[in-house]
Amino acid sequence: MSLETIIAGAIIVSLTFYALLGGADYGGGVWDLFARGRRGAAQRALIAEAIGPVWEANHVWLILVIVVLFTGFPTAFAAISTALHIPLTLLLIGIVLRGSAFTFRTYDAQHDGVQRRWSYIFSIASIITPVLLGVTLGAIASGTIRFENGLLRSGFIASWLAPFPFAVGFFALALFAYLAAVYLTLETDDARLQEDFRLRAIAAGVAVGLLALVVFLLSKDGAPSVRAGLTASAWALPLHIATASCATGAFYALWARRYRLARACVAGQAALIIWGWALAQYPYLVEPNITIQSAAAPRLTLCLLLGALAGGALILFPSLYYLFRVFKGGAAFAALNGGEK
Amino acid sequence: MSDLLAARSQMALSLAFHIIFAAIGIAMPLLMVVAEWLWLRTREEVYLMLARRWAKGTAILFAVGAVSGTVLSFELGLLWPRFMEYAGPIIGMPFSLEGFAFFTEAIFLGIYLYGWNRVGARAHLLAGAAVAASGALSGIFVVIANAWMNSPAGFEMAGGKPVNIDPIAAMLNPMALSQTIHMTLAAYAATGFIVAGIHAFLLLRDRKNLFHRRALAIALTVGGAAALIQPLSGDLSARHVAQYQPAKLAAMEAHFKTQAGAPLTIGGIPDEERGETRYAIEIPYGLSLLAFHDPGAVVKGLDAIPRDQWPNIVIVHTAFQVMVGMGVLMMGIAVWGAVSWWRRRALPDGHWFLRAVAAATPAGMIAIEAGWVVTEVGRQPWIIHGVMRTAEAVTPMPGLIVPFILFTLLYFFLAAVVVWLLLRQVTASPRILAGAERGEERKIKEVGLVA
Repeated sequence: MSLETIIAGAIIVSLTFYALLGGADYGGGVWDLFARGRRGAAQRALIAEAIGPVWEANHVWLILVIVVLFTGFPTAFAAISTALHIPLTLLLIGIVLRGSAFTFRTYDAQHDGVQRRWSYIFSIASIITPVLLGVTLGAIASGTIRFENGLLRSGFIASWLAPFPFAVGFFALALFAYLAAVYLTLETDDARLQEDFRLRAIAAGVAVGLLALVVFLLSKDGAPSVRAGLTASAWALPLHIATASCATGAFYALWARRYRLARACVAGQAALIIWGWALAQYPYLVEPNITIQSAAAPRLTLCLLLGALAGGALILFPSLYYLFRVFKGGAAFAALNGGEK
Repeated sequence: MSDLLAARSQMALSLAFHIIFAAIGIAMPLLMVVAEWLWLRTREEVYLMLARRWAKGTAILFAVGAVSGTVLSFELGLLWPRFMEYAGPIIGMPFSLEGFAFFTEAIFLGIYLYGWNRVGARAHLLAGAAVAASGALSGIFVVIANAWMNSPAGFEMAGGKPVNIDPIAAMLNPMALSQTIHMTLAAYAATGFIVAGIHAFLLLRDRKNLFHRRALAIALTVGGAAALIQPLSGDLSARHVAQYQPAKLAAMEAHFKTQAGAPLTIGGIPDEERGETRYAIEIPYGLSLLAFHDPGAVVKGLDAIPRDQWPNIVIVHTAFQVMVGMGVLMMGIAVWGAVSWWRRRALPDGHWFLRAVAAATPAGMIAIEAGWVVTEVGRQPWIIHGVMRTAEAVTPMPGLIVPFILFTLLYFFLAAVVVWLLLRQVTASPRILAGAERGEERKIKEVGLVA
């Protein structure tokens, strides 16, 4: 495997962590908006407690994606941020509002009116941001961003303001909500709260399935070459079987109230979706002009970057393990540790 | 407003906003950890309360710093894609390392803020120390990248493209050392003075409150020490600027004519057309001494720089004067405090001292903002000094005034909320009284707490 491919793989690894961890924090915001009924306040409190200690760390995965992209593949970074200036700017506003509103709510007066106002900003931003993230990724995959001699030929709007990128956007939103609902079943011992989030998880899981179908149908015109990769490659069938097993397993586990299994399945499903897209798009970073090879930084930069990633990982993963151990009571790693209670 | 000006304004706004939170994010954890360490050592309740209070403020400021920092990392590409395409492979390295430092900071801040009852006392203190260390490291990495824009290194030019890229040499660029020292000290000085100023103000209204007294002592020690060392680092910075960015130095000093034994120009109004600075105080040989440590040294004036490579002289000169003025003010207060400590083993607590500290609350942050104006506006018209002009780097995206207005509104809103929330925190300060009159403070353990 070439050095360029390894660095591109590191970007996808970071993006996967961002989706599984940071994505679930956005999903928490979605469920904050839908928190209602007698246990509305308890649901909100549970979400806040689950997100509070970890959201900032989870958010850094996105920054890692960006810095590795602009160090390792500067041409691709320049192309993406030029062509998708508008959705990325809106994405940033969403990121800023989500994070600050959540923090402000935590530290502002514990007065209903004040809390509700911050909750609205927090949850609406938590809905809009994943959609825009999906729109961005959908546009990158669509093959409609075109450069000629370094000049953007496809305009600043057409590549992302289209059905396919938005379908991907809503798919991402549903997926994040699904992850969050499943994770939240394990954040509480209160059986009624667990049940609330179990039902939400099932609903979100159904939405993920339906939106996956919509994305697939729209990909015929919306992202033909990624679709070709996902249907015609040698790895396509095993990938689909694995994804489908995770999806089915997640539904079974939710049905049977086996939440640890559900979490493992739904995380696996999300990761496989991301890797399926990445494999289908390989070797393109931005369809159809920019490849991993053509955008790559010089070799020395890539070597040093790989060294930095390896060294950073040595500090990062033990620290992250400690963080989740402290706040998730080790439960987060139960799946890895053979299902310890 | 042209798109270039809108892009520059948006970048300036984003940096000016973020730098406040970034600087506080570097220094506040240190104050918090010092307070907690004193709590573990002395078991005086007041230090624990202080650590917890400061942690709350840090939480709010860090969150806004984290999201506004994310905005900047995207804006590098959104506003300056050609710069990033060019500079990414050369100077992406410190940004990548910064990513990991930021990770460490966020992880251990989570543990610190939410882990008071979940981890042991020592682990908690260490988590705080990890936040303080990685915060400083994050800042250093980012400033290294900025220093590279001022004194680019680690590549060669061939046919308009960088070749023979060496990211390590780029990180070790000539300005990196002086800029990182200067900025890191500035963060401690500015934050120390903000915190000290707030507690001095509250102490003026409630002279017996030990809570503010302890807070003032810690904050002033950190801020004052940094303010006392800062002139040394400023001297190093000035000499580096003289060597690597003569146009910036000339603009800072409003120094129009190349000459030996150049005087130091203080104040005054630079007139770019006539090439002179009116109403200024001139100290003979001052500039030659400062820039080269030699009274007879020749200092390049703006006349040695092509006219189309001049930065805006009025802005850079004024900002530089403001920065130095604020630095001198903080240094004066630090000397005042230090002398008192030397003679009486106590900080002065008279009205005038507290008033001076309270008045100097924003001094450090004003100095930081002014200093960044000097370094950024002083580099213009270059985005990479001598290599790429800012106008060449800007995105082809039209209508950039729209995002500029959006971010302006967003940041003013956030600033207002943050100020409001911090005021709430401050006005809800606890009241802790010493057991006996006249500050027998060691008896704090016996002391009741009035919230």
